[in-house]
Amino acid sequence: MNIYGIMAIYKFEMARTKRTLVQSIVAPVITTSLYFIVFGAAIGSRIDQVAGVSYGAFIVPGLIMLNLLTHSISNASFGIYFPKFVGTVYEMLSAPISTLEVVLGYVGAAASKAVLLGIIILITASFFIDLQIAHPFVMMVFILLTALSFSLFGFILGIWADNFEKLSVVPMLLITPLVFLGGSFYSTDMLPEPWQSISHFNPVLYLVSGLRWSFYEISEVSVLVSLASILIFMFGCLAVVYYLFKTGYKLRG
Amino acid sequence: MEVQQQAILRVRDLNKTYSDGFQALKNINLEIQKGEIVALLGPNGAGKTTLISVICGIVNLSSGEVSVNGYDIIKDFRKTRAMIGLVPQELTTDSFESVFNTVAFSRGLFGKPPNSAHIEKVLRSLSLWDKKDNMIMTLSGGMKRRVLIAKALSHEPTVLFLDEPTAGVDVSLRKDMWEIVRGLKAEGVTIILTTHYIEEAEEIADRVGVINNGEMILIEEKDKLMQKLGKKQLILDLRDSLSEIPAKFADYNLELSADGGQLIYTFNTRGDRTGITSLMDDLKSEQIAFRDLNTTQSSLEDIFVNLVEESS
Ligand SMILES: Nc1ncnc2c1ncn2[C@@H]1O[C@H](COP(=O)(O)OP(=O)(O)OP(=O)(O)O)[C@@H](O)[C@H]1O
Ligand SMILES: [Mg+2]
Repeated sequence: MNIYGIMAIYKFEMARTKRTLVQSIVAPVITTSLYFIVFGAAIGSRIDQVAGVSYGAFIVPGLIMLNLLTHSISNASFGIYFPKFVGTVYEMLSAPISTLEVVLGYVGAAASKAVLLGIIILITASFFIDLQIAHPFVMMVFILLTALSFSLFGFILGIWADNFEKLSVVPMLLITPLVFLGGSFYSTDMLPEPWQSISHFNPVLYLVSGLRWSFYEISEVSVLVSLASILIFMFGCLAVVYYLFKTGYKLRG
Repeated sequence: MEVQQQAILRVRDLNKTYSDGFQALKNINLEIQKGEIVALLGPNGAGKTTLISVICGIVNLSSGEVSVNGYDIIKDFRKTRAMIGLVPQELTTDSFESVFNTVAFSRGLFGKPPNSAHIEKVLRSLSLWDKKDNMIMTLSGGMKRRVLIAKALSHEPTVLFLDEPTAGVDVSLRKDMWEIVRGLKAEGVTIILTTHYIEEAEEIADRVGVINNGEMILIEEKDKLMQKLGKKQLILDLRDSLSEIPAKFADYNLELSADGGQLIYTFNTRGDRTGITSLMDDLKSEQIAFRDLNTTQSSLEDIFVNLVEESS
């Protein structure tokens, strides 16, 4: 096992975050605060409670998910796309390092950053609302698994993308709508039919629901279903990553 | 019988066809001994970079076998790649990393524990030490190439590939580079370089390979190559100018200089007979006298151009 190689990639990626501190940490914190002001304070004051939780508190898990998903994907996809784009990937391809090790380095770094961000969002939220976490351990499990699986997904995206547009189009056109329509900011039983049934096809619903359960013990689907779906997604991504490297897809000519 | 040294690099029946159907390498066979410096020559698009990329693991091979120090590059990729350092043809570097960090990164990537002393030594040998904290993007092109060399040397490779190391490099770096190459050779490092500058191959290489259209059309010790393929010219300064070559000499490969003052005889040192004696006899019988004579040997460049023309 090339531990030094994994560490080199991991450190390189973390150093990249340090250079883009504003973009990776400050911006999400400001955006989150805006959500609390607009949704929590302004609109929330007119919505009593959702499933027995104040509106401001209700949206916290959704906001964390939104940040976890977008940043896991963008960190991991950019991390591997950029070396491909500028050509420095030659070094990784010629190094004595296996697929699994490269993935550990990139995905590990992207997931660490996302988890860190999730915690920062949580702390930010605590300034606006009275936070209660019923099952902190379950919460961490959901945050970790989500960060890992979507970093894997981002890694795949970064390998697949051959231009910047493809790189940004997936998070923008797929993830953002799924998060917004996945009950992050409302309970889906507030939706009229057929939207209510349709939203159960939205995978993000299961993530948000699971994370919300760990906070308030309220959920739209059983927490075990949530856990199962995130695991299935993660193993799906792992299988794809394995296949990509096995075939050298888009990396080795 | 000669004792056969184990080749550090062995390429067997190597073929590479890119996904668009283009065959960039055709049945390449190659053996390189430890500590050799081999120069690969060939026109643009000949397949030099492709060959190096296959050996280093950047490009998948289509068929054939490659081994480094007896290890297969696919089955034992960890062993083979750890031995290899590569300086790519293109200037591809990170932008925002510092020089020191990017070299330390390479060392880690290749599985070696951190060793600042080694990195310092490499950076000093490339006159990069005073730039160690600079961001790479603030360096000039030649300095970026030095950084790439430093990265390739960071993990103490025993086989070093230099893909056109002197493209866009000034005289002083070129000198530094050959000094480093000779130093590495003295330490037992095997060096394979590609170049378009034949003088470079002539200056530094032990053996020269010529690739054209994906085929290795020749690989030979440099000195032997020059002897074997070298055309020589005998130049005779005539006492009295001639207006044309006399009919008697039609069978000789003779040229008359523009002013008629020199006869130039081209012969091949490969042949059993050079024809010089009979030429001299015939000159004497025709009473053509000369004041001086000298011979010139064709350079590797001429050899190279001839070969490529023949094979195309
Ligand atoms: N990824 C690729 N897909 C398809 N064809 C390729 C690819 N890379 C290289 N080729 C083709 O393979 C041939 C050999 O290219 P290569 O880069 O190995 O040449 P080279 O000898 O290094 O040339 P140069 O002296 O210009 O660097 C060229 O015809 C090139 O167009
Ligand atoms: Mg080339």
